[in-house]
Amino acid sequence: MARAATTADVFNAVAEPRRRQILDVLAGGERPVNDLVPLLGLAQPQVSKHLRVLREVGAVDVREDGRQRLYRLNGHALRPIHDWVKAYEDSWSERFEQLDVVLEDLKQKEQGDGGSE
Amino acid sequence: MAAVSSGTATVTLPTDEQILITREFDAPKHLVYKAWTTPELVKRWWSGRRGAVTLAEIDLRVGGQWRYVMTANEGFEVAFHGEFREIVENERLVNTEIYEMPGAPPLAPEDEPVNIITFTEEDGRTTLSVLVQTTSKELRDMIVDSGMEAGMQESMDALEEVAVSLG
Repeated sequence: MARAATTADVFNAVAEPRRRQILDVLAGGERPVNDLVPLLGLAQPQVSKHLRVLREVGAVDVREDGRQRLYRLNGHALRPIHDWVKAYEDSWSERFEQLDVVLEDLKQKEQGDGGSE
Repeated sequence: MAAVSSGTATVTLPTDEQILITREFDAPKHLVYKAWTTPELVKRWWSGRRGAVTLAEIDLRVGGQWRYVMTANEGFEVAFHGEFREIVENERLVNTEIYEMPGAPPLAPEDEPVNIITFTEEDGRTTLSVLVQTTSKELRDMIVDSGMEAGMQESMDALEEVAVSLG
């Protein structure tokens, strides 16, 4: 699949493990940057830098709340990744549906061998 | 007889180099293991609905090789092979899995993707998990891309069917 080779691409934005960690935390709800600092064990400037990248691709939204800025996940922006994995997932689902049929046969044969049913 | 579908596969990407596929089956693990490791049975499920398995060879011992060839509905062949590294009957398999890409240079042995397959039974049902461990994000992404390509091919086929029916 063709993808833009820039950091302004959601695929690249989430390629960084720390940024995925931030998304995992934000999946649990809105948070100020100060909450993320101890959870990630990173200095605040680094956390802010990661948040900026995530905001650039729309994966994270921010709003002002008094003196603090609250960050939240924008799942919609992650849709391309979901779609990308989904096609791979579908190929396995199809395969496993066939495997279900094979397993039903094996179960019936086993019951037949037992003779009790 | 209709098989009881146990739902869809779940695919996650735990790290940049990994893919994790999990699925629950309504059967005990020795049967899932049997279906996974018996050539005549693999032939019945491995290609899904995308073609027919024309060859399934499994030398089920550590250091033994396996190779599957599928002829896709569109006529082209797709082949994979690998080597067993660890075998715990009915429990766990570790094997390499290499896609035989026509014209592509072979992967260095240390770069070959490794699948760690586990079979876990609870109340007569089995959770199968396939952890695909690659050595780079590029390689991992190529494997995930393969689903997209197959999916697009199917969409094209469906489109063609519709087009033909309209004609």
